Amino acid sequence: MQVAMNKLFGGREGLVGLAILAALIFIIMPLTFDIFRLNLVGKYLTYAFVAIGLVLCWGYGGILSLGQGMFFGLGGYCMAMFLKLESSSPESTKIQSTPGIPDFMDWNQLTALPWFWEPFHSLSFSLVAVIAVPCIFAFIISVAMFKRRVGGVYFAIITQAIALILTILIIGQQGYTGGINGITDLRTLKGWDIRTDEAKYVLYFLNGALLIGCILVGRLIITSKLGRLLLAMRDREDRVRFSGYDVSSFKVFVFCVGAMMSAIGGAMFTLQVGFMSPSFVGIVPSIEMVIFAAVGGRMSLIGAVYGALIVNFAKTFFSESFPALWLFLMGGLFIAVVMLFPNGLAGIYTSYIKPRIDAWIQGRRGGGNLTPTVPAEPQDPVSPRTAERTPASAASRSLAAGIQSEPSRS
Amino acid sequence: MQAFAGVSLFSVFVLMALGLAIIFGQMGVINMAHGEFLTIGAYSTVMMSMLAEKFMPEFLPYYFIFAILVAFVVAFSIGYLVEFLMIRHLYRRPLDTLLATWGLSLIMQQIFRSAFGAREVSATLPDWLMGSWQPVEGVDIPLNGLFVLGLTILLSLAVFIFLFKSRWGLKVRATTQNRLMAGAVGISTPMVDRVTFALGCGIAGVAGAAFTTIASTGPTSGSLYIVDTFLVVVFGGAGSLLGTFASAFSIAQAQSVMEFFMSGSMAKVLTLLAVIIILMIRPEGLFSVKVRK
Amino acid sequence: MSSNTDFVLSIEDLTVSFDGFKAVDKLNLYVDKNEIRVVIGPNGAGKTTVLDLICGKTRATSGSIKFKDLELTRMSEHQIVRAGVGRKFQNPSIYENLTVFENLEISYPKGRSVFGALAFKRTAEVVARVEEIAREIMLDEFLGTEAGLLSHGQKQWLEIGMLLIQDPELLMLDEPVAGMSARERELTGQLLRRICTNRSVLVIEHDMEFVKNIAHKVTVLHQGKILKEGSMEMVQSDPKVIEVYLGH
Repeated sequence: MQVAMNKLFGGREGLVGLAILAALIFIIMPLTFDIFRLNLVGKYLTYAFVAIGLVLCWGYGGILSLGQGMFFGLGGYCMAMFLKLESSSPESTKIQSTPGIPDFMDWNQLTALPWFWEPFHSLSFSLVAVIAVPCIFAFIISVAMFKRRVGGVYFAIITQAIALILTILIIGQQGYTGGINGITDLRTLKGWDIRTDEAKYVLYFLNGALLIGCILVGRLIITSKLGRLLLAMRDREDRVRFSGYDVSSFKVFVFCVGAMMSAIGGAMFTLQVGFMSPSFVGIVPSIEMVIFAAVGGRMSLIGAVYGALIVNFAKTFFSESFPALWLFLMGGLFIAVVMLFPNGLAGIYTSYIKPRIDAWIQGRRGGGNLTPTVPAEPQDPVSPRTAERTPASAASRSLAAGIQSEPSRS
Repeated sequence: MQAFAGVSLFSVFVLMALGLAIIFGQMGVINMAHGEFLTIGAYSTVMMSMLAEKFMPEFLPYYFIFAILVAFVVAFSIGYLVEFLMIRHLYRRPLDTLLATWGLSLIMQQIFRSAFGAREVSATLPDWLMGSWQPVEGVDIPLNGLFVLGLTILLSLAVFIFLFKSRWGLKVRATTQNRLMAGAVGISTPMVDRVTFALGCGIAGVAGAAFTTIASTGPTSGSLYIVDTFLVVVFGGAGSLLGTFASAFSIAQAQSVMEFFMSGSMAKVLTLLAVIIILMIRPEGLFSVKVRK
Repeated sequence: MSSNTDFVLSIEDLTVSFDGFKAVDKLNLYVDKNEIRVVIGPNGAGKTTVLDLICGKTRATSGSIKFKDLELTRMSEHQIVRAGVGRKFQNPSIYENLTVFENLEISYPKGRSVFGALAFKRTAEVVARVEEIAREIMLDEFLGTEAGLLSHGQKQWLEIGMLLIQDPELLMLDEPVAGMSARERELTGQLLRRICTNRSVLVIEHDMEFVKNIAHKVTVLHQGKILKEGSMEMVQSDPKVIEVYLGH
């Protein structure tokens, strides 16, 4: 039980971090913001899904994808297709020359629903598709690339190119996709009007719950052996391979997980904002999503959420008030986060804020025994070989004791 | 006929890719702001054209040659500065370089927008670049395309000679192959890096000058080419100048030929898709050697 | 005789060329059960390339590599490892940021698939096995130490330990005593003799004292071909070998 707790919540500290985030999302924000602003926060939080996926792929897996917008978009489009079909009933579209198909198809002289739109009449199919379509797409891309050992910058460039292709395709095939405007004017979900304030509240909380769920899934992955293998692979790929692991399958897995999380974000975006368009698919949005993860800290799941929130708040504020300044800031943010704060907000927290908090807690406890003292076990005489490194070996003994005692707790 | 329409596009591709092939292929640096160096070159040319028009109308027929030089020098100098301030801190961290240079490109675009306005501007081309050449009845080859092609070939040769025949080129190649050793035999590797990076940017500047002959310049003109250019370089096999040349040719030609049969966007989709599929089958690019590792 | 299954490893007509340069040229090599075989040869003789070929890092141009009854040239790297071939690299290749314990644990041959790794648990069995191996490689006092802090020699041992925990039938070591002190070399020699009781070991080494100390049989490689094979004394007294080593 204890071990499971540690795994899922990252020990006491991780639990506190998660609790603070949950309180912020579920209590503080809904109490402070009106529904318009809260809906905006909900929109920002959908980007946090992408950022969490990027922490897994990029921070842990060392795979930088510059095409996460694709998966966000695909998830969003799958959701939007269902909602669009529902709002395009023959009655509500009877002024069209072909009633019963989405308005943009009618404008593009389509006379029948394309075959791949048909299954999106079903909600359960659409919900499965939200996850499955991006996942299969990610699977194909990543298998093709990782089985052939394409990685690093090549992978980044190629994902970027694929994002570009997808955008051009969506914009170019406007009869099937709604073109540059995307799929708009979405109204109801199984008769439930998603544009009402009440629906927006429900969707906001659903979004928050899903986000916390994704963080927990991410925690499970990074605390498992798989997480350690990902880190090991990032530094010594050959050693992992020659320890009997199929390196590519691990990369494929984490890339697909990242894609699925992005897709959930995309679907929640469609539901909360009421449309989906190619402007969330292409190169620019995809690379902006990377900056959310970078600002939050590329190794921190919770940091990613704060990164997405802060960057988007700043973006909204500046692009409304000082549009010219915003691009300078955004550009500066990219440079600063890489050159000065490679671990983002989470890094700033662990190196500047956390020591103070720890000191403060320790002060309150009167210098209490925060560090459990493990009695040194001087069973084996220190051989001359190890004598020169006594400090290390002493430390190691206590650490080893800690490791050894862990399984007994479970 | 359609094949000739690809000439100008091909030239801009080659010049852009040539600069990138040096920076990426030789140094392993991902410069996402490479497109902005093209824009710098283009704006420099436009500025020169406006200056000539305003102060020395009699100079107008010749300014373009001069503008190419200015485009190179301006882009070279800014590239030199960028390497010094930013890139050199990021060697060995290619993914981070990618993000940082993306940030740089955003900043540069905004600077262009503030300085020159969001609207596209164009250079006044000298008369001798207008019109077209008719070698056979019914075949028109635009003169500016021919000029740009000539410029491209000349510059490619110059780069080739610089990299593979000159003392500097030897230093550059030595540094990229074994930085430690190059340093040990007395090559100033930081200096080599800086000049190599600046040179790549300078060539992008010339690409910008060439660009003004086929289109008007806006703040994001260069960034539209960046993904294509990276694909050109990767497709050709990073490090191989010949490969870069060949892949720029095939990509530009494929695109313009296909545009004859379908919409421009579908032509682009199919071209990029083909490149990516070929890259998945042959990740090391078209031209590359098997090395003993 | 060529498909004799008594051999743990039988390499036949193995050739690899890099742009025309034949790094390994029609090589034939057989390794017995429980044998310690040392491959020596001047720089560029193709020693490391042979190991690369066996473990799948480099693909052969032609020829066959049989491990018991398995044709390794057609298998992927992780399949070769899972079949029972372990390989240590020339420079110690360990996870510097992880502790010795974690280094060994990550090499533990369970939870090798994606979902297996997700479900992997640090059971008492795993801990016991890690401790056992740590004792074997003389690092039992360092289980909690970050591997990057170990001495060069200890890193070499750790990498050997990471292979031992998988209990391979064929262990390939690329210069295991490079950079070790005299004492460490002696301990490594003892270690190799201890661990070869139920497996074969293929070693590349330059240190002739060490080779003499451990080898059952020595193979001399030169320009991708076998120059001489036999006991250390025999090889050392061979005029061709002496010429290759002492120069032309």
